[in-house]
Amino acid sequence: MYETTYHRPGTLQEAVSLFSKVEEAAYLSGGHTLIPTMKGRLAAPAHLIDVRRIPELSGITVGPDRIIVGAATTHATVAASEKIRALIPSLCGLAGSIGDVQVRHVGTIGGSVANNDPAADYPSAVLALDATLHTDRRSIPASEYFAGLYTTMLEPGEILVRIEFKMPEIAGYAKFRNPASRYALAAAFVARHRDGNIHVAITGAGNAGVFRWTEAEEALQARFEPDAVKGLLPDENDLMGDMHAPADYRAHLVGVVTRRAVENLGGTLIE
Amino acid sequence: MSKVAITVNGTLHTKEVEDRTLLVQFLRDHLGLTGTHVGCDTTQCGACTVIVDGKAVKSCTILAASIEGASVSTVEGLADGEKLHDVQAAFHEHHGLQCGFCTPGMIMASVNMIERHDGVLDEATVRHELEGNLCRCTGYHNIIKAVLSAAEKHRAAHAVAAE
Ligand SMILES: Cc1cc2nc3c(=O)[nH]c(=O)nc-3n(C[C@H](O)[C@H](O)[C@H](O)COP(=O)(O)OP(=O)(O)OC[C@H]3O[C@@H](n4cnc5c(N)ncnc54)[C@H](O)[C@@H]3O)c2cc1C
Ligand code: FES
Ligand code: FES
Repeated sequence: MYETTYHRPGTLQEAVSLFSKVEEAAYLSGGHTLIPTMKGRLAAPAHLIDVRRIPELSGITVGPDRIIVGAATTHATVAASEKIRALIPSLCGLAGSIGDVQVRHVGTIGGSVANNDPAADYPSAVLALDATLHTDRRSIPASEYFAGLYTTMLEPGEILVRIEFKMPEIAGYAKFRNPASRYALAAAFVARHRDGNIHVAITGAGNAGVFRWTEAEEALQARFEPDAVKGLLPDENDLMGDMHAPADYRAHLVGVVTRRAVENLGGTLIE
Repeated sequence: MSKVAITVNGTLHTKEVEDRTLLVQFLRDHLGLTGTHVGCDTTQCGACTVIVDGKAVKSCTILAASIEGASVSTVEGLADGEKLHDVQAAFHEHHGLQCGFCTPGMIMASVNMIERHDGVLDEATVRHELEGNLCRCTGYHNIIKAVLSAAEKHRAAHAVAAE
């Protein structure tokens, strides 16, 4: 890892102004994506600005129809949150499926959502639960936030502060894991919202990252049962193919995990 | 350079280190505590697992400067003189190691697991919670046996303490 200078601002204001003053800065949250990338010399920020001690980035609050999670909240904290479990248990299950115990103790929701890895778990929940991404300067609806592999609408220096999930009537998450990395080979977050709209978000599979699978949404809108998506497959030209799984196999898995998410509403199924 | 103060196995250490210093380098190179191993250096294997403020973490992927003020436990802090910690004794008893390279990480992950679950563990939970620790000698069966037996001992000790 190349040399770097570590900073730990105590306020949002301080973090943002520091970022604008120094050259080649990066925000650091759990560091469980950024530090391995720096060790591999794929990134070499001259300044690391640790966002974990900024008060606005921590805490979980629950409103009548929302759950708001601070960006610096670890996966382990979300997985163990009784407040969240009582309302969106699938979100706890999703967080508990990330990596391993040690990774969950350190990695954060904000880091994951800012990074937008095409195989990451949280982006599917953000999209399916119609979340709003609150930053230091604006609020971005999930439908406009993701912008392709490892890319989001966050501007340089913009800090993700809180993620506000819309409370669904019911939701389910099913993930087929890569057995070595435990990232998703394909995973589906299915939510039926209180206005009756059904959202199906797929991660791990799309060649442009997380996506809403509209054909499955239409089928489930007509009949909200696992069988409604039977035989339905996404276009494999839109899916990733790599050494872990070719695109046609991923298409098959997308069908399977979507059906299983509907079979396991109110829960999480990890395989 | 940053001045960092970290308590390791009960002793406060204050050192001037480069900002890029990883916690595992702080332990091994600056404090000479070489019990914590580096297996992969890519956050996969768990050989570098230590406990920071009650949580098992991979010390190869944490900057020492970022845990200023924290309290760290490493494998060196477990035994009481010649007397092994229950988890160490259980690994010995159940032959939970072969070459021993993964063992410090396995033990620290297990100590933390037993504490977090208050010794209430079953085989499936132990397997799930050790996903972040790889053993190239593939000694998993005996490792699981060791953890379950140490967990049992922890429960028994706490039941006695509660009486
Ligand atoms: C062994 C292993 C297994 C894993 N398995 C999974 C898995 O199964 N599923 C999964 O989803 N993920 C997995 N991960 C990734 C893990 O969840 C990471 O913790 C996560 O992707 C990044 O979060 P972080 O807090 O560590 O972010 P960091 O590494 O600190 O940051 C990631 C990126 O986001 C930026 N950033 C961080 N916080 C903010 C913020 N608040 N505002 C703006 N930008 C910000 C950083 O500058 C950086 O570019 C795994 C990681 C490891 C090491
Ligand atoms: S050396 Fe840290 S996880 Fe392998
Ligand atoms: S005992 Fe050899 S790597 Fe585990």
